Amino acid sequence: MRAIRAIGRPALRGVRGVGAVALFALRGLTALRPIPARALAVQLVQIGWLSLPVVGLTALFTGAALALQIHSGGARFQASDVVPAIVAIGMVRELGPVLGGLMVAARVASSIAAEIGTMRVTEQIDALVTLSTDPMRWLVTPRLWAAILSVPALVAVGDIIGIMGGWLVGTGSLGFTSARYIADSWAYLETWDVLSGLIKGAFFGFIVALSGCWFGMRCARGAAGVGRATTSAVVAAAIGILAANFALTGLFFR
Amino acid sequence: MSALIETRGLTRRFGAKTVLDGVDLSIAQGESLCVIGQSGTGKSVLLKCILGLVPPDAGEVLWQGAPLAPRREAFLARFGMLFQGAALFDSLNVWQNVAFRLRQRMPARAAREIAVEKLARVGLPPETAELMPAELSGGMAKRVGLARAIADDPQVIFFDEPTTGLDPIRARAIDALIRGIVTETGATAITITHDMASVRAIGDRVALLAGGRIAWSGPVARMDDAPELAGFLGRPVAQKP
Repeated sequence: MRAIRAIGRPALRGVRGVGAVALFALRGLTALRPIPARALAVQLVQIGWLSLPVVGLTALFTGAALALQIHSGGARFQASDVVPAIVAIGMVRELGPVLGGLMVAARVASSIAAEIGTMRVTEQIDALVTLSTDPMRWLVTPRLWAAILSVPALVAVGDIIGIMGGWLVGTGSLGFTSARYIADSWAYLETWDVLSGLIKGAFFGFIVALSGCWFGMRCARGAAGVGRATTSAVVAAAIGILAANFALTGLFFR
Repeated sequence: MSALIETRGLTRRFGAKTVLDGVDLSIAQGESLCVIGQSGTGKSVLLKCILGLVPPDAGEVLWQGAPLAPRREAFLARFGMLFQGAALFDSLNVWQNVAFRLRQRMPARAAREIAVEKLARVGLPPETAELMPAELSGGMAKRVGLARAIADDPQVIFFDEPTTGLDPIRARAIDALIRGIVTETGATAITITHDMASVRAIGDRVALLAGGRIAWSGPVARMDDAPELAGFLGRPVAQKP
């Protein structure tokens, strides 16, 4: 009996937790009447535009490193010529969305959790309620939709910059001509490769914003509470992205 | 005077700790009630239970004789609150904070005019309107919070520790402002405080919250004679001849 209780309690807690997050996400996504257009625009800049440098730099170095790795590894079985194709496919299918998502998680999930958490501990969220304003519509909805819309755009830009990183290394030190590198990149790339990466980006954006908002809204008192919320948001977002990536890759490419 | 707000058997537990243990409290229309008590006795929890920010485990809150919970939106529309730390929105400037609710039903220019008028009422000049909350001193932030609380001419105003964190001069100035506003507008006021100077300045009636219940309630003028308040006031009770 004690063993059943020991398993049952955490299992029930887990199910309750998943249910609570799901309801929170549903409320956040649907609190759109009226559409908080101004807050959405602000968040598109905060989440999308301001993440561009970090996502771009990550993609650039990743594409460049990937080109070197494929060239060196491919040489073992006389396949160095596949560098442009593998860089392009690898970037748009996996590395662009995953690394872009992780960088956005590090930058945005922490900032959302810290901002909303600080509002929680300084009673600003209670103040919103007393001023007849739904905190979900004011705080959560614009962040969720801004992340869902902007992360695919970031992924697209990251894909292009990542392929450019490979091109820089390929043409600079691996002996490819510019025309051949670009032609090979395009030749093996399919529309679904790109689309699947963008769809992943939308899911990852949702996971990042949801983590930040969830832990921010449930922030415990004081500076330590805000610190814990921030850490939890980043960790949950990162694990969520990697798990979702595995599930989506299985769904899209099996 | 008829009761505007009543709590009946309001109970709230946090884990094993019962913070509110069946609180019965009645606040008359136009009355200024001060709720006092030691730190951690649940004064702010009581306030939040009345507002619905913290759901009670048992009991109910009545507004104009009927349960408040189903009419919470209507209640909040007639309600203003000054938070302990002012709780100004960091991303909005002073006038946008003051006019936050007004902006939901009127154009920005009209809302700004009212905000500047309310800022003047709490003793802040028009140039304050464009400042951000981070640029305000503690006393100024309280005044802005007060201006926001009265911006929409509320029927009921809650003050949560209005003088906490202020020096005695600024604290008395805030007391005087609150008293003036409550008298002018005829609003019902509920003040949570442990500052007895505030109680004397603001209150018509005082209620002591201790052990999760209202241990004593009566007019401010009689509180020096109440044995229940002796410990809280930190002096011996006046002996009757």
